Amino acid sequence: MKSAVIVFPGSNCDRDVAIALKKFKFENQMVWHNDLTLPKTDLVVLPGGFSYGDYLRCGCIASKSKIMSDVIQHSKRGGLVLGICNGFQVLIETGLLPGILLRNKKLKFLAKNVFLKILNLNNKFTSSYKKKKIITLPIAHNEGNYFANDNILKNLEDKNLIPFKYCDKNGNIKKEFNPNGSSNNIAGILNSEKNILGMMPHPERLIDPLLSGEDGSILFESLIGI
Amino acid sequence: MKITVTVTLKKDVLDPQGKVVNKTLKNMGYNNIANVRQGKYFEIEINETKKEKAKKIIDEISKKLLSNLIIEDYKINLE
Amino acid sequence: MKMTPELINKHGIKPEEYNTIKKLLKREPNLLELGIFSAMWNEHCSYKSSKKYLKTLPTKNKKVIQGPGENAGIIDIGDNDALVFKIESHNHPSFIEPFQGAATGVGGILRDVFTMGARPIATLNSIHFGSHNNPKTKNLLNGVVSGIGSYGNCMGVPNVGGEVKFNDCYNENILVNAMAVGLVKKNKIFFSKAQGLNQPVIYVGSKTGRDGIHGASMASAEFDENSEEKKPTVQVGDPFTEKLLLEACLELMEDDSIISIQDMGAAGLTSSSVEMAAKGNLGIEINLDQVPCREDKMEPYEMMLSESQERMLLILKSGKEEKANKIFDKWNLDFSIIGKTTNTKKLILNFKNEEVANIPLTALSSDVPIYDRKWVKTASTKKVKKMENTKYLRLSEALKKILVSPNNSEKSWVWEQYDHTVMGDTIQKPGGDAAVVRVHQQKKGVAMTIDSSAHYCFADPTTGGKQVVCESWRNLISVGANPIAITNCLNFGNPEKEKIMGQFVESIDGISQACQYLDFPVVSGNVSFYNETHNKGIMPTPTIGGVGLIEDLNNMMTKSFKEINNYIYVVGKTSGHVYQSEFYRVVMNIKNGPPPDVNLFNEKNNGLAIKELILKKLLTSVHDISSGGIMVALAEMCISGKIGANIQMPKSNINMHEYLFGEDQSRYLIEVNKKNKKEVSDFLEKNSIFYELLGKTQNDSLKIEKEFEIKLSELTQLNTFWFKNYFKEN
Repeated sequence: MKSAVIVFPGSNCDRDVAIALKKFKFENQMVWHNDLTLPKTDLVVLPGGFSYGDYLRCGCIASKSKIMSDVIQHSKRGGLVLGICNGFQVLIETGLLPGILLRNKKLKFLAKNVFLKILNLNNKFTSSYKKKKIITLPIAHNEGNYFANDNILKNLEDKNLIPFKYCDKNGNIKKEFNPNGSSNNIAGILNSEKNILGMMPHPERLIDPLLSGEDGSILFESLIGI
Repeated sequence: MKITVTVTLKKDVLDPQGKVVNKTLKNMGYNNIANVRQGKYFEIEINETKKEKAKKIIDEISKKLLSNLIIEDYKINLE
Repeated sequence: MKMTPELINKHGIKPEEYNTIKKLLKREPNLLELGIFSAMWNEHCSYKSSKKYLKTLPTKNKKVIQGPGENAGIIDIGDNDALVFKIESHNHPSFIEPFQGAATGVGGILRDVFTMGARPIATLNSIHFGSHNNPKTKNLLNGVVSGIGSYGNCMGVPNVGGEVKFNDCYNENILVNAMAVGLVKKNKIFFSKAQGLNQPVIYVGSKTGRDGIHGASMASAEFDENSEEKKPTVQVGDPFTEKLLLEACLELMEDDSIISIQDMGAAGLTSSSVEMAAKGNLGIEINLDQVPCREDKMEPYEMMLSESQERMLLILKSGKEEKANKIFDKWNLDFSIIGKTTNTKKLILNFKNEEVANIPLTALSSDVPIYDRKWVKTASTKKVKKMENTKYLRLSEALKKILVSPNNSEKSWVWEQYDHTVMGDTIQKPGGDAAVVRVHQQKKGVAMTIDSSAHYCFADPTTGGKQVVCESWRNLISVGANPIAITNCLNFGNPEKEKIMGQFVESIDGISQACQYLDFPVVSGNVSFYNETHNKGIMPTPTIGGVGLIEDLNNMMTKSFKEINNYIYVVGKTSGHVYQSEFYRVVMNIKNGPPPDVNLFNEKNNGLAIKELILKKLLTSVHDISSGGIMVALAEMCISGKIGANIQMPKSNINMHEYLFGEDQSRYLIEVNKKNKKEVSDFLEKNSIFYELLGKTQNDSLKIEKEFEIKLSELTQLNTFWFKNYFKEN
């Protein structure tokens, strides 16, 4: 399976996600934001980091990059797109995913491990999580507070487009276990065709037992078809 | 009474955000944009009928909270 | 412009120094030249008060590739890998504008590391604030932590360790010491020494503005009522541009286009151009019209002294200019050929077709006066015996009081604002004895720690200096590392005062003794003097950044208790020294007395024994004993591992409080599984290491037999209370 990681000026987690993709035997290429076309690929990854320093609005300037129109075309053809953290912010700014990512409720950058409940197995990103429904992943962000109006939220819930919600170690989804104040404890969302996933936590950081866990591996296993 | 305050970076202070917005506009094809500086805008409704008194209070809060006088200037606009 | 005494004084130059300048130039300097002298002769750049003593520090061992004198120090860690690291202060700017001061401190130290060709892999910080009751402290703490976080997170370098301390003495003089560690291939290290004649000198990075003009002078001036006026000189950092600069430099460094490279830090273009040329024994000529400027009508004076951030100076091999230009263009950074190397051994500056400065480089480097400042020995502090007051003090109350105090509280409020797992190699996060980061795609790991002991240094600078190096060494041993070298940030008051200079001289002596004995040399660092306001100075605060290597990460050790029914031993002798301890200070309000003695022989012996036991996989957890003594170390192991302990006090002549809270050095707590008990005790005995059995691990609570029992949940709650309460968060 082929993958392409887009590198924007200021992306930080491009190397990390490339390592993860390589580990799970993707044929990966790094693609510069200024290129006009993507190489042939099945999966496009928009990595975490601080593209353009998060200036103006997070992900805003990156969403205007030359490569993005081809990424949009790729998604319209049914190609897979994964946006992690800053990548999720870019997907929101392009309009490929609905809603907005606001400043964390406590107005501070927050880096810690959180518990997530897997709520949707019926897509290419989380199918392998059937073996483990409550997982741990690290978050590290200042603007991860997902917000959308009532209509959008209702649509996301009704159509089961929310694969990850913040919870406690027993899977209880409650406000007090929500690290950033996001609506409905949302940690990630899919588009209606389920080929685009945006998520705030970093799966690429938990693919190694030495790094205290492999819950992130399962996402890559799902993608590669394990 | 409604009073607005604009807070901008002092003239000689680096504005990384304005710099990047400027470059992006050029990349988007807007070639006659010379410079961009980014600032903040506050709209304040104050329960005060006397203009002078209101201005004095807004001036005080602009100094104490709204701007970081080390690197920012502020301008009060009365309607 | 006429050189008046007032003008000269404003530039921080003393009358005798001015006379020396005139002698070296054989004439009066002009204003621009005066500014240049002011920057280079300033304490921060010249080390004129400290050089004499810094020269006495041990700086070599088998693994040192580069000692002090370059942008950073370098050590060999095998497999053609090397670590580049340094610590630096940004104290005065952070007091004036805490967010930007701390942010630009991080930016500066990262540049020092990647300018040598190393990709930064970790940062650590030591920050000191005034009393938590001081009205300025909350804002300063908030600003500094946000500033460090915003810069480091944007750069994508994990912030993996640090310390936060509070004391009255820092009320008007906070300390922000930033450390960075980078990884480089041994055969791809870049240095700053200029080489070759007529080589192009190139400026890359951000444009030059009026930021921080005379920042270096500010660092060497005490604060007074007029400090408010110095406000506009604080620089604003742009971590996004620095990230681009990092990637562009590393890309250019893939081949050998660069002859030498230096970042523009304190005193900007002046210090970088002078240092590069002076090291290479060459001259340098700069055409200031070519310097990329951000503001209109900038004068040579402003261009040379600006401390605008995120800029580097390079000397390229002839013919490589186009290739380099393309790379910097790709990353959207300014690239300008501003001059060339010459054989004149002078700094020559031209502007609008006129020569505006002409200074022999030796006048700005080797001829800078080195002072042999007068100093006096620190008087020994009297002991005040008050032990009878502890008769009615409950041990449990003493422990609780310490755990809940700001200096001993758990610090996740701070480090959860720092991304500590970006780059995917953080094996031991903040909160342990040392941070551990894996060497990318290998099985070895880098252990790093940052420590200071101001109270000990104030009471007895020589012992304090020894102690802080030993603590750094011990922390690295505790995670299973082999300690290799240190970087030091020496924060002191006004060296023109004999008492303060005495503290400096004696601390250096202590540091030297420990470094020598432990084979743990100093490879880099900086000195920050004049941390005083209205004549009130800080306690002497040497900060040590220690670095070591773990050959195989499967042997890494942590301090969390792991299993119940394991044995807990204290390794090293306890004599119950409570003066200058947390117990005396926080619980008994006793502030005088000598610090605990440091016996280097025991320190080394005990440490090497622990290292060996870890390698033999005979230990389950290890924690070094430092502030708070055995009692606090135990509590920390319990809280961390969520496993308690049942302690039976060993028979001793020492009072229980002294035994449990004494801060005797060279000691460790170890957790040993019963299957390893005999081998461990045999090993310690064979090596004449003193050890005592304290008790065993158990579920749920920390119990001292016949004294008290506290539930783990209560211990955790106490230890995590302070920061949340201070900032009124839930």
